[in-house]
Amino acid sequence: MKTLALTAAAVVLATGAAWADAHSVVRMGTEGAYPPYNFINDDGEVDGFERELGDELCARAGLTCEWVTNEWDSIIPNLTSGNYDTIIAGMSITDERDEVIDFTQNYIPPASSLYMALSEDADLEGGVIAAQTNTIQAGYIAETGATLIEYATPDETVAAVRNGEADAVFADGDYLLPIANEDADLMIVGDPVQLGGGVGMGLRETDTELREAFDAAITSMKEDGTLNEMITRWFGPEAATYE
Amino acid sequence: MFETCADPSQLDGLHWFACYLTNGVHLRFYTAFLTVLGLLAVTAPVALAFGFAAASASRSHVAPLRWIGRIYTAMVRGVPDIAFFLFFVIALDQAIEWSVHQIQCPDWTEPIRQGANFTVCPQAKVPLNTAPQEVHEFYNFTLAVFTFAIVFGAFCANVLYGAMQAVPRAQMETAEAYGMSRRQAFWRVLVPQMWIYALPGLSNVWMILIKATPLLFLLGIEDIVYWARELGGSRTSQYAYPHGDWRLWYFLALLVFYLGFTRISEIVLGRLTRRLSHGQATMAGDQARKAAA
Repeated sequence: MKTLALTAAAVVLATGAAWADAHSVVRMGTEGAYPPYNFINDDGEVDGFERELGDELCARAGLTCEWVTNEWDSIIPNLTSGNYDTIIAGMSITDERDEVIDFTQNYIPPASSLYMALSEDADLEGGVIAAQTNTIQAGYIAETGATLIEYATPDETVAAVRNGEADAVFADGDYLLPIANEDADLMIVGDPVQLGGGVGMGLRETDTELREAFDAAITSMKEDGTLNEMITRWFGPEAATYE
Repeated sequence: MFETCADPSQLDGLHWFACYLTNGVHLRFYTAFLTVLGLLAVTAPVALAFGFAAASASRSHVAPLRWIGRIYTAMVRGVPDIAFFLFFVIALDQAIEWSVHQIQCPDWTEPIRQGANFTVCPQAKVPLNTAPQEVHEFYNFTLAVFTFAIVFGAFCANVLYGAMQAVPRAQMETAEAYGMSRRQAFWRVLVPQMWIYALPGLSNVWMILIKATPLLFLLGIEDIVYWARELGGSRTSQYAYPHGDWRLWYFLALLVFYLGFTRISEIVLGRLTRRLSHGQATMAGDQARKAAA
């Protein structure tokens, strides 16, 4: 019965399309597997720093937003083909991505990427390093002398270190630190590396108005200090904040 | 879900597991099993219908119909499933949106293809951006069912074509001798008798279809493989139920599910074969006749 109702609803919506306003609902695309940035909580809902931030940005911009999850690997193609309207998934602003999509100003300042391994003397220069596919960290490792193995999800990169497939994992510090703090076997090794231009929201290049609306909302959150408060609450007191 | 689960950090042992296995994400995991069963329940009859149509077309005396049936069977069977899935779903989606675009927005001047973007006018998005998430998921599921049906329809077509050829020629000659037309002989003699020849092949296709359902995962549908990987991954205390890497156990559960399901299928198909053999001019049918006598 539910499917019948849904089919009927789909048909009505498709035929009555003329009156529909394109952006009355903004679909927010995220990965849902990258705590504390974004993850699916135990109730099956999208949760995390970006959930709270996105809801606040939508409220300030007067938009109705809906959350959608998508695999990281295809998150940009599915934005450009219109499956959702924004990417808010801990995505660092880089020149390569900026050629394909547009970014808002950053809502997390450029932060350090870290190595995590099972022992202090892990070989970071010539060993095997795990990173998530299509991340700036994977791009960075490919340029170094180390052997890169890529995984589709962040969790698999950490699992690869635990079971010895990789000597170390290289990822955003804010993702690795909570894991290293809770697991006695894993530790942060080597020096922090600065990559990318901070984390921003990705939008289609044609959606200029929507980008300006989110930019204005991010600016207002930076000015009244709510963004800094949110970053500290989710990522801890050491996390980089705005001046 | 239950009141006693309000604070998971205070629970231990079995109680913790009971609460863990009934939390919101697990309920979505269990629903995904229904998604898979739903996919099978819809795809199997649709694929059989596609297969029957294509097999009948391949036998047609009308040349273009025959070509369509044979090209469909040969082409779809010859392309790797995964490649076909990845290509066809995107192509079908864009074809639908392009058609709606032509109807809804005849005055649209901007090009639809802008570099990597496929941008139709907002009214032509299928489903609309404004549609609730359920409609989007239902649409994706429908595309997946249709694609599965096309792929497995081609395999069914080949099996059914062979089964139609396997019905003894004498049966058809007798039908003609009784003055039946081609159409009558097809529906009254050929179709009722072909199933026993088709069944081994069809049961094979069914088994492959069951095993191919994890391809849903590739199409971005949150099926049981997606949830097994998602739930099995290690969780820090950011989650209400922190645990280590449990993917092994979740994938083991999937293994048991698929093995159990294919075993049940084998039993049902075995019974069906016995029933269909009854009164047929095959070895099994003959044995059944002798046993009864």
